[in-house]
Amino acid sequence: MLEARDLTIAYDHRTAVADLTLSLKAGEITAIIGPNGAGKSTLLRALNGQIPKVAGVIMLDGQPLQRLNRRSISRHIAVVAQEAELRFPVTVLEFVLGGRFAWATNSGWGWETERDLEVANAVINETELRDLSARLMNELSGGERQRALMARALATEAPILLLDEPTANLDLSHQATLLTLVRKRCDQHRSAALVVTHDINLAAQFANNITLMKQGRAVHSGTPQEVLTPEILQEIFEVRVLVDAHPITGGPRVTPIISA
Amino acid sequence: MNRVTLRKTLISCALLGAVLLLAIVSMSLLGSERLPARASLCALASLGSSACGLTQDQFDILFQIRLPRILLAAAVGGSLATAGAGYQALLRNPLAEPYLLGISNGAAVGTMISLVFFGAIEWTRPLLAFSGAFAATFAVYRLARGRAGATPERLILAGVIVTTFLSSVIVFVTTLMDATRIRSFTFWLLGDLSGSSKALLPVAITITILGALTLTLHARSLNLLMLGERDAFDLGVEVGRVRMVVFLVASLLVGSSVAASGSVGYVGLVVPHLARLSLGSDNRISIPAAALGGALFVIVADTVARTIIAPRELPVGAITALIGAPLFIYLLKRV
Repeated sequence: MLEARDLTIAYDHRTAVADLTLSLKAGEITAIIGPNGAGKSTLLRALNGQIPKVAGVIMLDGQPLQRLNRRSISRHIAVVAQEAELRFPVTVLEFVLGGRFAWATNSGWGWETERDLEVANAVINETELRDLSARLMNELSGGERQRALMARALATEAPILLLDEPTANLDLSHQATLLTLVRKRCDQHRSAALVVTHDINLAAQFANNITLMKQGRAVHSGTPQEVLTPEILQEIFEVRVLVDAHPITGGPRVTPIISA
Repeated sequence: MNRVTLRKTLISCALLGAVLLLAIVSMSLLGSERLPARASLCALASLGSSACGLTQDQFDILFQIRLPRILLAAAVGGSLATAGAGYQALLRNPLAEPYLLGISNGAAVGTMISLVFFGAIEWTRPLLAFSGAFAATFAVYRLARGRAGATPERLILAGVIVTTFLSSVIVFVTTLMDATRIRSFTFWLLGDLSGSSKALLPVAITITILGALTLTLHARSLNLLMLGERDAFDLGVEVGRVRMVVFLVASLLVGSSVAASGSVGYVGLVVPHLARLSLGSDNRISIPAAALGGALFVIVADTVARTIIAPRELPVGAITALIGAPLFIYLLKRV
């Protein structure tokens, strides 16, 4: 669905992402893991067309990304990033309806259609925000707000989801809820998701594929079992880790070893 | 706050429009010279085609002095409030305002250059005022963008820098003027509708209406821009294009109003704030409501300015600042 080949991105003269190849497939969650400054978020922004690339190609459904206009890209790719700025009061419903912008028949003016409202209400239910839909965004807790961001991304009906540390501000139960939601989208709607995260265990649990990045390069890619090994993790993070089997799922479980 | 619909927008704007019309008519009866109410209303209703028993002097006061001044007040108020609402949405900052950001001063410098160097050529005034406003807008925008984006405080500081810099330019240009003009000029700088030229009235009204319409047509994009440029981009807004449209239109609005009446302050702060407070943050309703409300606000403020110590007059900018400055402090504490 979304494919990057030999992608290179540079800020000023510093290379942020180098020769990276990546492919998102329908029904699959791909996790990107790596140390701070590895170029993970930059990659995510580039895949959405926000940061220009220096070399390589990005193909969306077989077409070069730069040939598509902004709104048609937004109908295909939704982004869940860090929290929005909320200096003006907007309700949860209004916020989620923002996800329908790219479907408007004309770009700046116009009103939401019945269908827009249907979609918004459906995703509000899906993200368990129904009781909050008339509340103001800045009255919500961090977790509720993150769910509203997720709801807005789902309201775009884009089959490709790019999530930048979607669980960073969430407690344990909401982390799982959010990724379960992403999982469900991928299973039921044949969506594809890319998740940038620092939480290796969460990635191990939810992702089909993991790409490990270091200094702008994709160093290893594969299933969680293939890439989450003590050797590879030490190479990437320069810290010793213990990898054992998760007692319930049987998947890899990673624990850093802090030696005194 | 219920979701904004087309119906709600049309009803609100129709109501505001009716109140505005009422204000235009009733305020034209007020002033140091008392006009007979019934005859004046009759003359106004006939759009000046019939005197309805007014003396020639009374008729001239009504149609040559008061009505143009009230219409200009409406255009200036509508322009500044619309521009304020546009800047606030685009810069994600409820404190953004043409006067406080130094944009009015940019337009003032343009107007002065036109007055000093091209005094006889009237059309250069709005043109240079627009150029000055646009340059000031860009300067503030660039200065305010830090590594972490533009915080509200940074934007206001950038506005202070641009304002003080342009103020010293204004002082320089003032010294080039002859002494008799300096006094009327100081008055004009504070925002004054009394010495306004009638030639600019049709220009100002046209720009106000077209500007408010253009920004309203971009309201849905602005709704998303209010939540951050990145978010707006992700959701399909052509951020660069919309930003340029808002900068151009807002500069035109500020330019034409400053060329006509000097720097009337705080209108762009007070009116959009009241519009959002009563109708919600959705720009599809708050921008047209701000345009109409701004017209209403400056008409009333100017009527106060010309009647409160009649026959002497205050600059209208003194009245609007008196209302606006306390509101600014209140908003600053909440941002």
